[in-house]
Amino acid sequence: MSRLAAMFSRLQEARRTALIPFLTAGDPSTTGVVALLHSLVQAGADAIELGVPFSDPMADGPVIQGSSERALARGVSLRQVLAWVRDFRRQDHDTPIILMGYLNPIEILGMRHFAEEAADAGVDAVIVVDLTPEEAETDTALLRQAGIDPIFLLAPTSGPQRVAAVKRLGSGFVYYVSLRGITGAQQQDWDEVVSRVAELRRELAMPMAIGFGIRDAATAKRLAGKADAVVIGSALVQLLQQAKDDEDAQRLASEFLAPIRAVLNEELSA
Amino acid sequence: MAAYQQPDERGHFGDYGGRFVAETLIPALDELQQAYKAAQADPAFQAELHSELRQFVGRPNPLYHAQRLSSEIGGAQIYLKREDLNHTGAHKINNAVGQALLARRMGKRRLIAETGAGQHGVATATVATRYGMDCVVFMGEDDIQRQSSNVYRMRLLGAQVEAVRSGSRTLKDALNEALRDWVSNVEDTFYVIGTVAGPHPYPEMVRNFHRVIGDEARAQCLELTGRLPDACVACVGGGSNAMGLFYPFIDDQAVRLIGVEAAGLGLSTGKHAAPLTVGRPGVLHGNRTYLMTDENGQIEATHSISAGLDYPGVGPEHAYLKDTGRAAYVAVTDAEALAAFHRLSRVEGIIPALETSHALAYAFQLATQMRVEQSIVVSLSGRGDKDIHTVAALEGIQL
Repeated sequence: MSRLAAMFSRLQEARRTALIPFLTAGDPSTTGVVALLHSLVQAGADAIELGVPFSDPMADGPVIQGSSERALARGVSLRQVLAWVRDFRRQDHDTPIILMGYLNPIEILGMRHFAEEAADAGVDAVIVVDLTPEEAETDTALLRQAGIDPIFLLAPTSGPQRVAAVKRLGSGFVYYVSLRGITGAQQQDWDEVVSRVAELRRELAMPMAIGFGIRDAATAKRLAGKADAVVIGSALVQLLQQAKDDEDAQRLASEFLAPIRAVLNEELSA
Repeated sequence: MAAYQQPDERGHFGDYGGRFVAETLIPALDELQQAYKAAQADPAFQAELHSELRQFVGRPNPLYHAQRLSSEIGGAQIYLKREDLNHTGAHKINNAVGQALLARRMGKRRLIAETGAGQHGVATATVATRYGMDCVVFMGEDDIQRQSSNVYRMRLLGAQVEAVRSGSRTLKDALNEALRDWVSNVEDTFYVIGTVAGPHPYPEMVRNFHRVIGDEARAQCLELTGRLPDACVACVGGGSNAMGLFYPFIDDQAVRLIGVEAAGLGLSTGKHAAPLTVGRPGVLHGNRTYLMTDENGQIEATHSISAGLDYPGVGPEHAYLKDTGRAAYVAVTDAEALAAFHRLSRVEGIIPALETSHALAYAFQLATQMRVEQSIVVSLSGRGDKDIHTVAALEGIQL
């Protein structure tokens, strides 16, 4: 069983929603990446989404654009990100790592080569923001051959044909973008999101993660028990900008995640 | 030989083009594609477009025989397709009118656009006013500095100009920002892409709105010379004026098609904007095409004296035409373009845009290798008024 499948089955038994924080690899620093990943796990992360910086992140808001630019200025490449994952895996054999990025840095390596390298480094799943299902036949086959789950996004505006395509090509889980717009924007109508996610989970027979617009314990609480996972990105990335050094980044991240994790646990005991 | 038929249903020109965008944009693209198909098949839409191109844009514009220049060069006859005589001074308005009419048909009230040199921004601001719509133009902060007169023109026309401070602060970043705006305001907003790039259906649609350049040029050339030209030459940034000129000639195998990219300070310096000449295939801004990209897949900064060519990608149909060999692509330096800028101004009394000057520079070279009874059609894609500050500054003249 893959690390992702094991995680979801474990959490389903415990009837708990997974907490997935997002970080841009190489921001706020390149020296403390692996230690930061470990501290996220200690603070309650069930899986980690690791952003691969790209020069033209067209689906991202100002916060993640900024972190991507800073990471690139520090010389972070996809190869470097894979090296960090490999390093993380020396101590952590269970926590799934999901890479999130854009297609061009992957295409330069070649999808087949990338998939093999990523699997070997210990990557479990990949979200390629600008790889839509209709362009993804070959690429998803290569990823799955290497044992990597291709994760697709669905939006409130995605019609039945797109849901069917994601069902056919995706695996691991489906990432539901809770709003129209870019990362870091505000979501108002969580009830609508929750009911749509329930429908999709039945239809797709895959775990559903919700992302875009979840900022804190209060927003996470509304989704606890209603989604298989919540992804928190921009709020954490923004907070980490204040870090004075690597240890401070770990402390900030832990303090940020702890109350969110508590809320997700609470729902379970209720 | 089978007639040229590209792209396929899903916007592929061979291996290039397609649709590489975030899921949130897909419904907007589907809606656009359906609306465009319906409009294309609707005689009323085509009649209105035709009438607007005549009455508002001023088409058809002449195919002008540059006789003095041709005899000075002493080779092939040079014919200039005078897109600079269109309203707003460049070819960009052809596409802006088409997309604005489509937006109106779709009930959208707000137009957004990206711009580099500002010509597409001016064209979009112009048509937004003409049809009573709101308009926001995204422009890189660096481009705002070097094209200040076009920024003022857009504001005079009632558009809001948004400075883009992310990335390299040029055209590619303006495009990213426009995509972000569109994904956030899909309901009431129409994104008027200014070149033959972006996700399907943009490359096909923008080409079709510009094919009037080649359709007119082909008929005018037959009328003036009794035969087709031996070569068509156009500058290529994103490649919209080139695609507009080339498209109606693609099945005329004897007509050479040559696109001219910006070699900037020289291809060997790395400071250029010539993805077809020295780049490699990749994915950016919704399509697969030739790109300027480093060994890690990051998009590289570009350089050209002309803001309109300062773009690291190129329309996917050009990528296809390059690979199939139907068109050839070359690059011309800033210095060569400047020389051509001056030469046309002094010999023919026409001040060309710096973008256009790249096409002219190559056409002048090419003409010397051809016979006097042969002919070259050059797309005179825009006028040079917007560039006089840039040129004057290079010569140490304060205007």
